[in-house]
Amino acid sequence: MLLTVDGVEKSYKKGGMFSTKSQLVLKSISFECKDGECLGIIGESGSGKSTLGRLILGIEKPDQGKVLFDGKSVEDRNIRAGSISAVFQDYKSSINPFFTVEDAIMEPLTNSFKDDKENQFRVDTLLNQVGLTPAFKNKYPHELSGGEVQRVCIARAISIEPSCIVLDEAISSLDVSVQMQILTLLKKLKGIYNMSYIFITHDLQAAAYLCDRVIIFKEGQIEETVSIEQLKDVQSDYAKKLLQSLITF
Amino acid sequence: MKFLKSISQDKIAAISFIVIVLTMIIGTFAPLFSPHDPNGVNMGLRYAPPSLEFLLGNDHLGRCILSRIIFGIRPSILWVLGALVISVLIGAVLGFLAGYFRGKVDAIIMRICDIMLSFPGYVMTLAIIGILGIGLGNILIAFIIVKWAWFARVIRTSVMQYSELEYVKFAKSVGISNLTIIRKHLIPVTFADIAVISSSSIGSMILQISGFSFLGLGIQAPNAEWGMMLNEARGVMFTSPELMLAPGLAIILVVSAFNFLADSLQIILNPKLSRTIKPKKNSPFSKIKNQEKEVAG
Repeated sequence: MLLTVDGVEKSYKKGGMFSTKSQLVLKSISFECKDGECLGIIGESGSGKSTLGRLILGIEKPDQGKVLFDGKSVEDRNIRAGSISAVFQDYKSSINPFFTVEDAIMEPLTNSFKDDKENQFRVDTLLNQVGLTPAFKNKYPHELSGGEVQRVCIARAISIEPSCIVLDEAISSLDVSVQMQILTLLKKLKGIYNMSYIFITHDLQAAAYLCDRVIIFKEGQIEETVSIEQLKDVQSDYAKKLLQSLITF
Repeated sequence: MKFLKSISQDKIAAISFIVIVLTMIIGTFAPLFSPHDPNGVNMGLRYAPPSLEFLLGNDHLGRCILSRIIFGIRPSILWVLGALVISVLIGAVLGFLAGYFRGKVDAIIMRICDIMLSFPGYVMTLAIIGILGIGLGNILIAFIIVKWAWFARVIRTSVMQYSELEYVKFAKSVGISNLTIIRKHLIPVTFADIAVISSSSIGSMILQISGFSFLGLGIQAPNAEWGMMLNEARGVMFTSPELMLAPGLAIILVVSAFNFLADSLQIILNPKLSRTIKPKKNSPFSKIKNQEKEVAG
């Protein structure tokens, strides 16, 4: 089992310094993600799915429960290095404005692989793989379009050949035609690298396109887990409502 | 080298940089540059106008104004700059700790800052001088003690704002160490804020030093200091106003050089802004396009 989330709870303090009120964002979440599986986490905004993403990435610590990667806690950054990676939603702030495309991709690379010459070569290959050219290397993020930045972010995420990538609303801020391109790209890359994806989104259609299994998330709890083939036969009321509210073209 | 190259492309930055570097060199080697003894009294030359021997004239005791200005660089600029750098460093270290790690560290550091900031700055400085005794060194120590809290506050806010951004989150999630994240991601982006607050406070620090010298708490009488020279000239403001010109202009020149340099540094160091400064082609179209970008930026 690649990633195990076991009884995770998280709450945030409400109000000021001396306030004891807190809001429970995640309530005893448990699920597993297998090697090479694409797991979708679907929920409306405020349902705590991005918080779950941060916990999986080890950026924040859960109040209770464990997030284990290959049986080891993700809170240790040496466990994370080289095996877990992420793509985020906001393409405007996802690359340091002081970094060129090359610097951005090199950052996780130099952390995992020490050979500098080989890394240079890797950057070119990666850029080709995500549908850009090596000519982009010396550009700054503000000179790129949203779709291009997101491609660079994907290149950066797969550069260390991780076994798991968390995609936190990775396509949500792009326009529809670009969304489709990125989804196809993600599917292609999954074939090449055999990574598992944790695809956090509110977009059921995108999840259906990419994922093998989806977790439907509501108010910090898992409402239902269903494989994509059986998406039509969901049991819970919320999942049914979610499916019905889809705008079909 | 890259820094010097990009600074030479911006005229105002280049001039300010040269002014500051020259001032520092002249101040450090003051005895080599000054034509006369700055404390040499010559009553025969009281209020003498500029002459070939005394380029800026003489003051109310017949001392050479140019030499006094040159010797005044040391307390007015060099020592103030030193005190500023130390207090910015203390503020930056604590501000980065508080803003990056948050939680308890943040709460403790900020409560200490609150305590420091709850006393009015001048009163605090006066009290510290009262405890430590009169003299330039003690004023500078007092400055450091009073100012760091303010810097820590401002830098913390700036760090907080940037440490939530997604490239920091990404760096954290791929397991890059906190120190590397601070060095590579946070220091470059917060540097602009730090440069602006330090350059704006150097002006006020120079003026405060002269204020304390006027009260007799700082530089002691025969030694030269720009603020004190202004105060000495104030007594004869209506009979010979030209005495105020030299120290006044010197303060204005150096303070504005610092401010302009900080302003330009922001633009030079930020790739988003610096690219738009130099037009790639000299066609009128590209110029207009660049201007638009600057406005938008």
